[in-house]
Amino acid sequence: MAIDVAARAGAGGVRRPRRRAVRLSAGDRVAIAVMVVVPLLVVGGLIWFPTVASILLSFTNWDGIGGVTTAHWIGAENYRQIATIYPPFWPAVKHNLIWLGFLTFVATPFGLFLAYQLDKRIRGTRLYQSIFFLPVVLSFAIIGFIVQLVYSPTQGLVNNIIGDPARGGHVIDWLGDPSLNLWAVLVLVGWRHAGYIMVLYLAGLKALDPSLREAAAIDGAGEWHAFRTVVFPALRPINIVIVVVTVIEALRAFDIVYIVNRGRNGLELLSVLVTDNIIGEASRIGYGSAIAVILIVISIVPIVVFVWNSFQERQT
Amino acid sequence: MTSATVAAETRRAVRRRPLRVPRIALHGFLAVTALVWLAPVLWAVYTSFRPYADTAKHGYVSLPHAFGFANYRHAWTQGEIPKHFWNSMIVTIPAIVLILLFAASVAFVVSRFSFWFNVPLLIFFMAANLLPQQVIITPLYELYLRLPLPGWLSDTGLFYDSYLGLIAINVAFQTGFCTFVLSNYMKTIPKSLGEAARVDGAGVVRQFFGIILPLCKPAFAALATLEFTWIYNDFLWAVVLMSSGDKRPITSSLTNLSGLYFTDNNLISAAAVLVALPTLLVFAGLQRQFISGLTLGATKE
Repeated sequence: MAIDVAARAGAGGVRRPRRRAVRLSAGDRVAIAVMVVVPLLVVGGLIWFPTVASILLSFTNWDGIGGVTTAHWIGAENYRQIATIYPPFWPAVKHNLIWLGFLTFVATPFGLFLAYQLDKRIRGTRLYQSIFFLPVVLSFAIIGFIVQLVYSPTQGLVNNIIGDPARGGHVIDWLGDPSLNLWAVLVLVGWRHAGYIMVLYLAGLKALDPSLREAAAIDGAGEWHAFRTVVFPALRPINIVIVVVTVIEALRAFDIVYIVNRGRNGLELLSVLVTDNIIGEASRIGYGSAIAVILIVISIVPIVVFVWNSFQERQT
Repeated sequence: MTSATVAAETRRAVRRRPLRVPRIALHGFLAVTALVWLAPVLWAVYTSFRPYADTAKHGYVSLPHAFGFANYRHAWTQGEIPKHFWNSMIVTIPAIVLILLFAASVAFVVSRFSFWFNVPLLIFFMAANLLPQQVIITPLYELYLRLPLPGWLSDTGLFYDSYLGLIAINVAFQTGFCTFVLSNYMKTIPKSLGEAARVDGAGVVRQFFGIILPLCKPAFAALATLEFTWIYNDFLWAVVLMSSGDKRPITSSLTNLSGLYFTDNNLISAAAVLVALPTLLVFAGLQRQFISGLTLGATKE
């Protein structure tokens, strides 16, 4: 298995004399420098420079018009205003948290459940895997369209199944009602997320010791116990990846609500508020940057966990 | 077969595999879930083939009285689908080539040599891919409005509203993931291969192009499939960094479609199916590559 190869290659490398002893010619040094520096400049210039700029701009009142030199340092004023007098902020925080909670406690466990069941030697497992995987290739923008097709008040699938709107009567406006639309959208977000998680867990389960899997793969009463005490702990490395993926997906959520209604009326998200400050009607660079910084602060946690985890594995 | 033999048969089967009922329940559960899973997509496809008049008269949940490609023809011309497809290709294909080249270069250096900067370098690239896009979008937008490009690369003379600008941000954003995957992959290639080449007098460049890259073909296939889907599916970059609607890649041009077709769900379905078609082809033909690309990043296979 590839994992074993990697482990052995790593172990072999430790015993060998340090590689720095190898002399590099001048030409080789130039080649290595180019291979590293060009990608470094692209990623540094377009990702890390704007990240730092977001942090700095969040403390200014820059409106984007004129040079950056016209910006004035106003300290934490943007943050104070966002928390106190910016109406969509707290709803957006709440929606992001609901989003994260839904993915963590509903969609992710369901993906794990599907993976675990499909990992048993079961007839048609390939077909089932393909079907559950299908939404993963679709873009969130397309899923935004599918949301409209499914939930449209008079033409949608859901309303036509639960009652015939053509005959009159009360029609549920799934996407127009701010207390319903987030949940309606989340059902289809979970639809995609569960398939994604299933694929990752299937790979994790395949990498487990087969005897471990077979011991737990017996249907019945002892199964849940075996899963909880044997299989799930053995999946620890992939569990960390899953947690990181889930948190980042929840923070990135944007396309689907933007397609449905531009992220208003019950569908506000932090990402929408950031974007609104550049392409929306209100152009306040400092505001947008301050919300972006809040996203940075939250996303640092999963990023550090992920990076730390992958290098931890590398050492062993 | 009499009922007695059926019962005996069942009893024997039960003895052979003690818990048969949970298996059947599991199959039932999976079959129902699979149907529910396909329902939204099948619904879109079904609606897309029915003329608006038919659904208006008989309702959406009804047997079709007419069937045809008329919605597709309308979506194709009104939504200017071919033009936006082409825009997507102009952005996606060069981006994939550059991403794989950059990622392979960095991965080669960190996996074949022991420099002090290997780990910080990998973190620098990996973490860049994990940030939410909105974290950088505001300064990036201002930066793109100020960064000049020669006129033959951009008719605005800026990174803003240019294909190159979109390619650049996709490359910058996605290189980290591929670097991470490829560096793990290259570590599994025996070091002795590079050493043998060095003894023969091959420099770094020849080791890279002649030995390591050809061995990474399976990883490239997986990553190219995955990146194609991701970049094709990307929505935000072009919505913010491109002002001309007719230059936008297809996924981002969906914002226009939703206004255009307003209440005609049949037309929206046809457009959605058309836009999803390339990714559905990936699903049908390159599923293995796509999944192995995803899992290469998550596990160390």
